[in-house]
Amino acid sequence: MKRVQFEHSAIPYMFIAPQIIIIAVFFLWPAAQAVYQSFLLEDAFGLSSQFVWFKNYFDTIGSTSWLQAAGFTIVFSTLVTILSLAIALLLAVKANEVIRGARTYKTLLMWAYAIAPPVAGLMGNLMFHPLIGDLYKFMNTIGFDFDHKLDPYDAGFVVVLISVWKQVSVNFIFFLSGLQGIPKSVNEAALMDEKSSFRRFWTITFPLLAPTTFFLMVINITYAFFETFGIIDTTTRGAPGGATTTLVFKVFQDGFRGADIGGSSAQSVVLMLMVLGLTVIQFRFIERKVHY
Amino acid sequence: MARVDLKDVRKTYPNGAEAIRGVDMSIEDGEMIVFVGPSGCGKSTLLRMVAGLESVTGGDVEIDGRRINDVSPSERDVAMVFQNYALYPHMTVRGNMSYGLKNKGLPKSQIEAKVVEAAKMLRIDDYLDRQPQQLSGGQRQRVAMGRAIVREPKVFLFDEPLSNLDAKLRVQMRIEIKRLQRRMNVTSIYVTHDQTEAMTLADRLAVINEGRVEQMGAPMELYSNPATLFVASFIGAPAINLIPARFDGALQAGSMSLQGFSDLPTGVDLMLGIRPDVLTIREDGQFKMNVDLVEQHGGENLIYGSLDGVVDHEICLKSGQSVLPAIDDELTLGFDPATSFVFRTDTGERLK
Amino acid sequence: MKFDWHTVSTHIILILGAIFMTFPVWVAFMTSTHAPETILREGLQLLPGGHFFETYNEVLFVEGGVMKKVTAMQMTKNSLILGIGFAIGKVVISMLAAYAIVYFRFRLAAPLFWVIFMTLLLPLEVRIIPSYKVVADLGLLDTHTGLIIPLIASATGTFFFRQFFRSVPEELLEAARLDGAGAWRFFIDILVPLSKTMIAAILIIMFVVGWNQYLWPLIMTTKEENYTLVIGIKQIYQVIAEGGELPQFQKAFALTILATLPPVLVVLIFQNWFVKGLVESEK
Repeated sequence: MKRVQFEHSAIPYMFIAPQIIIIAVFFLWPAAQAVYQSFLLEDAFGLSSQFVWFKNYFDTIGSTSWLQAAGFTIVFSTLVTILSLAIALLLAVKANEVIRGARTYKTLLMWAYAIAPPVAGLMGNLMFHPLIGDLYKFMNTIGFDFDHKLDPYDAGFVVVLISVWKQVSVNFIFFLSGLQGIPKSVNEAALMDEKSSFRRFWTITFPLLAPTTFFLMVINITYAFFETFGIIDTTTRGAPGGATTTLVFKVFQDGFRGADIGGSSAQSVVLMLMVLGLTVIQFRFIERKVHY
Repeated sequence: MARVDLKDVRKTYPNGAEAIRGVDMSIEDGEMIVFVGPSGCGKSTLLRMVAGLESVTGGDVEIDGRRINDVSPSERDVAMVFQNYALYPHMTVRGNMSYGLKNKGLPKSQIEAKVVEAAKMLRIDDYLDRQPQQLSGGQRQRVAMGRAIVREPKVFLFDEPLSNLDAKLRVQMRIEIKRLQRRMNVTSIYVTHDQTEAMTLADRLAVINEGRVEQMGAPMELYSNPATLFVASFIGAPAINLIPARFDGALQAGSMSLQGFSDLPTGVDLMLGIRPDVLTIREDGQFKMNVDLVEQHGGENLIYGSLDGVVDHEICLKSGQSVLPAIDDELTLGFDPATSFVFRTDTGERLK
Repeated sequence: MKFDWHTVSTHIILILGAIFMTFPVWVAFMTSTHAPETILREGLQLLPGGHFFETYNEVLFVEGGVMKKVTAMQMTKNSLILGIGFAIGKVVISMLAAYAIVYFRFRLAAPLFWVIFMTLLLPLEVRIIPSYKVVADLGLLDTHTGLIIPLIASATGTFFFRQFFRSVPEELLEAARLDGAGAWRFFIDILVPLSKTMIAAILIIMFVVGWNQYLWPLIMTTKEENYTLVIGIKQIYQVIAEGGELPQFQKAFALTILATLPPVLVVLIFQNWFVKGLVESEK
């Protein structure tokens, strides 16, 4: 808050109005609709509906397909988050060390940020295409009986690999800027106190990166939950047998393809609660950071 | 050309905190007044209330007899120089100086004439097309002043304008500000926490403490005749020597008994104040001092040491450059009681 | 001189990382320049082939070359409109809102701030069906307005500018007020020019984000001529998946390259602004 502010009655409302109006129409109203519909049961033609309390919640969320999707989402998010963070951290640390070619490395490692998830998905899909995909052939040559169209684990592998690939660059950018934000004098002091560069990293650098890491964890989980929709939709589309269906993909599938509005809405509301949880965690953390 | 009157001016924040607790003062036409005090004493708040950047919650602020409490800052006919200059970083020097005039709707030719004239006066006319980040600290300072000058205000307001400059430049700019103010003869209020700046610039000084004017007067008057313990300790560098004492016919400070004081209350804690420059070294002095540090300032020496008989009490003596005692020397010091002050410790009130 | 294992291993790791990140796109580009028969026979290609102009010409300009009717050129145009419209709309809307929040005292400031904050809790994915209904009811399906407006209201841009405005020295506002600038004048004369770099950084990031939108355009556009490149990708994938005599893999790869190129160029050209904006905006 500024010490000195303008005091007017109408002007601030004019400035803030465009955003508020759009939010009301395209965010709040639809969200309220989603909550409302999650309590309704519509007949097959959408002509009449009936208030059914939590029936949709029990029906969809108790179903095996939802539980399967929830299970996959958890495993998937964990793998994507850990792998992409680990790879990005390693690369950022190394990119921060080199002098020669630093800028080139940096550019090559971050540029994939600009690629849309579905584009990455299609590219990966073609790489694993049974007819032409060298990666598909390679996996079979080295002894895997690889078939991501039939085998759920192979399909999961493909989705995770592409999702990690797409996310490494964002994490890299943040880790590198976090590393560059560590004062030079701290590194120099550490250099005098600890000979082993390995231990120096885990006792000094990594703890100092903790805020960045935590922040990225939240970002990555959000990414794995929501933004990977484009990857899944252009690769496995949840197949085989729903083995690679994430919760978001299921909302879309049930709502648009299956036209189960009530069930889809109930799932949406559950997802809203999950986002709420993530945001609360994030803000708790930010609050703590302020106290440092 | 204006006079400024503050009539029981108060500032109370919505949370109940009192920043200014009733200030009365009259600033004469063309006078340069300095508000001085420790940080947080309210001096900047008071200045900003005159500028219109803080609301006045009690009393009146008047310029030339017109009450301006509710007049917007740009219509008060005041100009302000900020501590960090507050130059618009994306505008040239010319742009910075002419922005206010443009908003007033002055014709272009007139603006340009005024800007050039002010720039010449401040010797920044070569930099008119540069941006602030291309200028040195001293030049930025001049631009900030130029921006104030072109508006030909009734009152100049300075909010610690020199505190971002290095020591040498600060002295130089101080002199320039004083000259400029004399030449333009514009009523000015200058806020600083630096007592040297305050002493050298002010026609009259207002020492502010906890939202009140502790004492107001000419600099030398405040120096040689402080009204309170606070003023005595705030004004003067090196700071006044303060020695805890009690009175029982003579002034008792530690193991010393000082004669020449009368009419003081007994049984209360007192504080004896002696300026470093009224202390002299002489055989028949009243007390002894063990030297532990000598600072040579060129034209003068400052001798620091512990006062014999008053436990752990540091004392400072100002003397000529030829007086150069060794560490651990014992000096006998004397002073004329008439040139010293006695204060009540609890209220800070001056008794003598 | 002693052989420096540490430096060498550092470079090896970085080179492997760089290959990992660039190789797929390289392969996609190279393969797109070959004839479909070659691709089908030999698989993915590492070196350029002779069909670059033929393939890209067909994809970009020939009706029926990649979709039934729409050309990649038209899709590029749609993508540009989405990317640029989204970026500009977002900057304008969020700057105005952030200005109101930071520089004004008004009664509903706190609740309205929370309304904006709420958008973080409501990603498109959780309100997708009702959002679709709203846009359909307003008759905005298949329009630029319906495509862009619902996307620009989220809080990220507003938070970013709020953060930036707060870091602007208070004295500038005070000086401007003494100089007789009102609310609008201060915004236009001082704040907007001061935010130039920030605006540029946000424009770049938002262009990329807008260009890469997938789910919303996917449900919003029903007519082929309104497809963006990113949506077109999905269609060609379906064409390949359904298979035919001779799957047109080279066109699929060409389309991924076209969909990748503009945002990548923007990021590469404005790398410094982009990184700065990205890192700053998340603070």
